[in-house]
Amino acid sequence: MLIGHQPKEFLLAVEALTVSFDGFKAVNDLSFYVEENEIRVIIGPNGAGKTTVLDLICGKTKATSGSIQFRGKELTKLRENEIVKAGVGRKFQTPSVFEDLSVFENLEISFPRGRTVFGSLAFKRDAVVKDRVEEVAEMIFLKDRLKTSAAELSHGQKQWLEIGMLLIQNPDLLMLDEPVAGMSVSERAKTAELLNRIIRDRSVLVIEHDMKFVEDIAHKVTVLHQGQILSEGTMERVKNDPKVVEVYLGH
Amino acid sequence: MINSRFFNRSELIGFVSLLLLLVVILPLALDIFRLNLVAKYLTYSFVAIGLVLCWGYGGILSLGQGVFFGLGGYCMAMFLKLEASSVANTKIQSTPGIPDFMDWNQLTALPFFWKPFQSFPFALAAIILVPAIFSFIIGAAMFKRRVGGVYFAIITQAIAAIMTILIVGQQGYTGGINGITDLRTLHGWDIRTDHAKYILYFVEVFFLFAAIVVAQFIRLTKLGRILVAMREQEDRVRFSGYSVANFKIFAFCAAAVFAAVGGALFTLEVGFMSPSFVGIVPSIEMVIYTAVGGRLSIFGAVYGSLLVNFAKTSLSETFPQLWLFGLGALFIAVVLAFPNGLAGIWGDYVQPRIDRLLASRTKKSGNGGLVANGAPAE
Repeated sequence: MLIGHQPKEFLLAVEALTVSFDGFKAVNDLSFYVEENEIRVIIGPNGAGKTTVLDLICGKTKATSGSIQFRGKELTKLRENEIVKAGVGRKFQTPSVFEDLSVFENLEISFPRGRTVFGSLAFKRDAVVKDRVEEVAEMIFLKDRLKTSAAELSHGQKQWLEIGMLLIQNPDLLMLDEPVAGMSVSERAKTAELLNRIIRDRSVLVIEHDMKFVEDIAHKVTVLHQGQILSEGTMERVKNDPKVVEVYLGH
Repeated sequence: MINSRFFNRSELIGFVSLLLLLVVILPLALDIFRLNLVAKYLTYSFVAIGLVLCWGYGGILSLGQGVFFGLGGYCMAMFLKLEASSVANTKIQSTPGIPDFMDWNQLTALPFFWKPFQSFPFALAAIILVPAIFSFIIGAAMFKRRVGGVYFAIITQAIAAIMTILIVGQQGYTGGINGITDLRTLHGWDIRTDHAKYILYFVEVFFLFAAIVVAQFIRLTKLGRILVAMREQEDRVRFSGYSVANFKIFAFCAAAVFAAVGGALFTLEVGFMSPSFVGIVPSIEMVIYTAVGGRLSIFGAVYGSLLVNFAKTSLSETFPQLWLFGLGALFIAVVLAFPNGLAGIWGDYVQPRIDRLLASRTKKSGNGGLVANGAPAE
């Protein structure tokens, strides 16, 4: 260690995080750290607790013990919408978009303004909103479908729309749960391109099974197994870790 | 205010035809007795419009809107009753100057919570504020704890039952099962004459259109779209940075205030208020008006309450035993076959035909298909 080395400021510091559902510890004494602008991929076999970790960070599930520090804020004490305001965005595994609304309206709802009851009553669809919606729509390949109802989109387009809804929030930490699952090959390639573009200037936490995709984007990989970290490091290191090969990559 | 952006084409047609029906056709076609019945039915339209926002858009089914209808109605009735209970009018009572039912129940002084209702401005404010505060408390208690769906519906139903029991049980303070009756004047103006009934009818129609405009305004704001979003994907709204509970509380309070305004007008039109408009059965009937009219349609809510009440009046006279079964069957049939009620039938079947007819008649160069794709009536 260098002399005078400063302790690094982590964007996200998860420490001794535990959640137990009726005695079953889905996440057990988990600690990991995400740096600014880091792309971290979480892999692991089914039931390893990957989605639960994201649920804990975004406040969907309350932790039994442990702490989640985001920019020095303790997230375990905040409500979901406060966590969003702090700068954490979450994409769900199944596309969750508002099917009765148009693509434009879906994106507009995520625009970070007028989020209180009376704020939303007074909300005006001005040029700033329109420009931003159009800008994001272009990024997610839906520019000419702004007036389409979200119900008419394909599965892949819905996933993009949800990613777009997160982009418009401009979060510092973006959490994606299997963003390319269920996509066609061409959609997959387009999504990788999209993700590569949007992960600049922010940290990203991704759950993914597609190893090719993981290798493409990951700075660092965390392997979860039975709620605990099995291995952590670069893709190269993790791939050659005998423990990982045994429980996950081997089959 | 009413321009092509506030109402789209079919909504504008809906607005104008309702205006014609209520302001011109019905007053000319009906005698005052029938017109007063229409006025009574229309008071339920306020409740139904509130339910369109709360249930149709927000997905929050309240089976206790009778509570708020009653609160509004009782606030109005308390003021009118105090005016009717002047010392001169009640000199035969053992305690003159208090409402007759209090005297019958051996009360010798006006209860403290009745006293402010001697002021008309206070009564008017109470009509809005009492249900707003009450619904806020219920809403905050339920939605902050993430109680929703069927559980919320059952709780509102329980509250409606409790409210009835309370009113019936405390008859010295509330008039009991008979309610508050024998209301006579509003600021010295006799509300029982035919002339007064005509005026009250038009006052009510004015408020009804004001309610339609307010509801339409809410629907068109981002809040209206968040209500729809919440109905579909509550978690996505939450993780887009909104406090879902606050939006649900707002929708529930708004519906309560609409219901209360209807209740207050009901008291004026009908001349009394009683617990039979508060309990579980009337509350469920109010949901049926909305379902029949179309739970996503503000205009549908008005037609739904008019039609179901007409049917109720005529059928319950002929088949008093069967009527409730008929109403239940109607509700099930509408929910199963026409989930968007009359407005849905209009938008899916009638409107396209009219459009096609118009298009074929005025067909010159463009194709008719464009017109037939017009937005469904909402």
